[in-house]
Amino acid sequence: MFDTLLQNILNALQWGSFYALIALGYCLVYGVLLLINFAHGDIFMVGAYIAFFVSSFLLGKYLAIPDLPSWLVLAVTVPATMLLTSGVGVFLERVAYRPLRRKGVNRLYVVITALMCGLILENGNLAMLGASRKSFPELLDKAIWTFGSVSVTNLKILVIVSAFGVFWLLNTIVTKTKIGMAMRALSWDRFAVPLMGIPPDTVIVFTFILGSSMAGLAGILFAMSYPVLDPYMGASIGWKAFIAAVVGGIGDIRGAFVGGFILGFVEIMVVAFFPSSYRDLFAFTILLIIMTWKPTGLFGVAKTTKI
Amino acid sequence: MQRFTVPALVAAAGLLLCLASQYGWLDLYVQTTIMFLFINVIMSTSLNLINGNMGEFACGHAGFMCVGAYVSSIVSVALFAKSTYFGAPLLPPGWAVVGMPLSLLAGGVAAAFAGLLVAFPSFRTRGDYLAIVTLAANYIIISVFVNLDMVGGPRGFMGMKKVVSAMGDVLDIPWMMLWTYAFTVFTVFILRRFLWSSLGKGVMAVHQDEIAAEIMSVNTNRIKLVAFMLSSGLAGIAGGLFAHILGYVNPSAFGILKSTEAMVMVYLGGMGSLTGAVLSAVLMTGLGEVLRPLGIFKWVVIPLLLVLLMQFRPAGIMGNRELSDIFPRLRRFYKFK
Amino acid sequence: MALLEIKDLTIRFGGLAAVSEFECAFEGGELMGLIGPNGAGKTTVFNMVSGFYRPTGGSIVFDGTPTAGLKPHQVTALGIARTFQNIRLWKEMSVLDNIRVAQYYRLGYGVAGCFFRSRRYMTREAEIERTSREVIDALELTRYTDERPTNLPYGLQRRVEIARALSLRPKLLLLDEPAAGLNSADVEGLISLIRWVHEEYKLSIWMIEHQMKVVMSLCQWIKVIDFGRIIAEGTPEQIQANPEVIKAYLGDENI
Repeated sequence: MFDTLLQNILNALQWGSFYALIALGYCLVYGVLLLINFAHGDIFMVGAYIAFFVSSFLLGKYLAIPDLPSWLVLAVTVPATMLLTSGVGVFLERVAYRPLRRKGVNRLYVVITALMCGLILENGNLAMLGASRKSFPELLDKAIWTFGSVSVTNLKILVIVSAFGVFWLLNTIVTKTKIGMAMRALSWDRFAVPLMGIPPDTVIVFTFILGSSMAGLAGILFAMSYPVLDPYMGASIGWKAFIAAVVGGIGDIRGAFVGGFILGFVEIMVVAFFPSSYRDLFAFTILLIIMTWKPTGLFGVAKTTKI
Repeated sequence: MQRFTVPALVAAAGLLLCLASQYGWLDLYVQTTIMFLFINVIMSTSLNLINGNMGEFACGHAGFMCVGAYVSSIVSVALFAKSTYFGAPLLPPGWAVVGMPLSLLAGGVAAAFAGLLVAFPSFRTRGDYLAIVTLAANYIIISVFVNLDMVGGPRGFMGMKKVVSAMGDVLDIPWMMLWTYAFTVFTVFILRRFLWSSLGKGVMAVHQDEIAAEIMSVNTNRIKLVAFMLSSGLAGIAGGLFAHILGYVNPSAFGILKSTEAMVMVYLGGMGSLTGAVLSAVLMTGLGEVLRPLGIFKWVVIPLLLVLLMQFRPAGIMGNRELSDIFPRLRRFYKFK
Repeated sequence: MALLEIKDLTIRFGGLAAVSEFECAFEGGELMGLIGPNGAGKTTVFNMVSGFYRPTGGSIVFDGTPTAGLKPHQVTALGIARTFQNIRLWKEMSVLDNIRVAQYYRLGYGVAGCFFRSRRYMTREAEIERTSREVIDALELTRYTDERPTNLPYGLQRRVEIARALSLRPKLLLLDEPAAGLNSADVEGLISLIRWVHEEYKLSIWMIEHQMKVVMSLCQWIKVIDFGRIIAEGTPEQIQANPEVIKAYLGDENI
């Protein structure tokens, strides 16, 4: 009994890590731009696909290249994916969001644009690559350790450690670096920031680079854990990670991180005790209850309006 | 004379459509497309009440469509058709002529109550947080129906075609075209009446300054309740019509993608414009048909169009104006006020 | 019976007492002023009276009904209307609509009546429109009936806000810095407007104001608060001469 619980906790930590990584990306962009980047889940999907193509290329599937050991392929794929994925994110920002920001339009229009960009990414993928799912190559030699009836793979550990590592890194950046301070300043007052000599566009691009590369990392880790890719994988995970971020209190990365794990835990625990078709029902009901009890999220700060 | 121009036109159009369907002037595919167009109009105008007039960001409209679809289907199949789920019909199938529209209304009422899932949280939260609640509500509703094995679960529910043919047995006229048109007219009609009244203007007041509204004696909670229930109730009716036309419902058809379709229509038409919502529904349906040969590329082109729209004309087709603002001469024919 | 009785009114935000032991009474028909330096808690008092904030202590009784626990729209329905420091009109709706919406508490019909244009609906809507137009005409805003507030100059917007408050047929009208942002010509117009409203509608007016010209020429009685407490009260002449008041506004350096 205890063993299954422990196993479930480990699974939940791994599953929650994906949500947490994606939620962090949402949170960063929201914190800085007050924009719900609905395309973020699809950036995660793009990251997984980029990882697929990069690693397939390095494994010699497209061109004949000398045999590379799989750890090297992994070591190259991860940074390459993160870089290219952040490229996609920045591209979206420059082409779709920035012109709207320049015009100073209602924030809602940017949200809608983000939603549409997400749809374009999903369906563009489907249109260009076809409906057949891609199978992600094995990059990590699996090592399994068993303690009693609890089994842990090195991949699971890698995922969990990565999530915590990323959180630590982001937290350090946001709280202890100058640019992190600029990011926080932007979230408080968009108009004062350029008046203080800080280029807001640079800060925003940096935010997108950070957020999107984390989504890319989540993509490659997810692809390694569940090696079947399909174009809509970002949609459902993305939306759920977004809900998790808001439950945690969007705008605060601790909230996003915790929210992601809460969702992961709820989903895994529900599936452990109930038929899997109840997963969404329970998960979202619990989230709804949390939102009713604490409307601005667990770590969120309620804003009072003065009249 | 002025008072009757528009109702006469509306009735004439309806008659024309029914005749065209009855005598095959329009083939079956076109008929179905037209009916889906009307359903889009209902979805678009009902969501416009929340996203446009009340200024919220509701992303889960399809969930209420699902509730309406299932409830009305279950009621009409249980009462008027023989099915594997419920056995023999409880009432003579001929009564479906009156019973089917009543089952649609039942679906609408059920959907209106489902709207409470979103209405109550809206008392305390707004904006992005409420968007989450609507999203979660959509997922929850779908999940509920996926788990209801009694009515098919993930495999879906069917049998509505029998109800429709039972109606046809009584009188051979294009019932679904008739009812779809009638309910669409009804939707636009009551929404217009609501939005033009002082009560309905309260919705816009809540959008523009909720605190001022509250202090100026507007019971904001009640207004939100009415708006959400009305919006989801109408979506429920759209769902019921959808189910009866198709003859089959499946929970996964009412997911985020369907909600997104409704949102696209609202923003394309212009938030807060009833005319805009109707126009964009027509446009979207038309576009969907025109782009059909493109296959999946359709769903790349349509979002792309909306992105371009946001760049160059974010207010949508109509902004927040109505037909009478653009063509003041029309006031001669109809009292638009 | 007093129209408004405030006793011992206190509100704390965390450890800070924004208003402490505030007292006030209206019999009916007075024009009273509430002045004090910035941050003294004046708007906070108004917010508590209109039901927007819940006081942590004390009581407010309006026309015999305690307002504790009532929602703002219920308090308004009792007979209190107000204007705001920063104009809070509904900018996308016409002036007429702004005033129509404020008649909500006297709507008298339900949603069904609205859909099916019942007789009750038609009579009530006609009544609401009539009342709205009356107020608009009374305040000389007829030209701007279908105009949106965003298109009107600031002084006129203030007038519309007062019209909207008056359409609620209040017994007590709270004016929160009505002269803020007005130039001297508009201020003169405002003074005569408020005087006219007071005489014509025979209601009580309670005014927060910084411009002393307005306060001194209109108010019969003035209360001064600083740091949430009443430091002085009296007629305009008494207040002008009161050393405590001078100290609160100007500091207590030897002049």
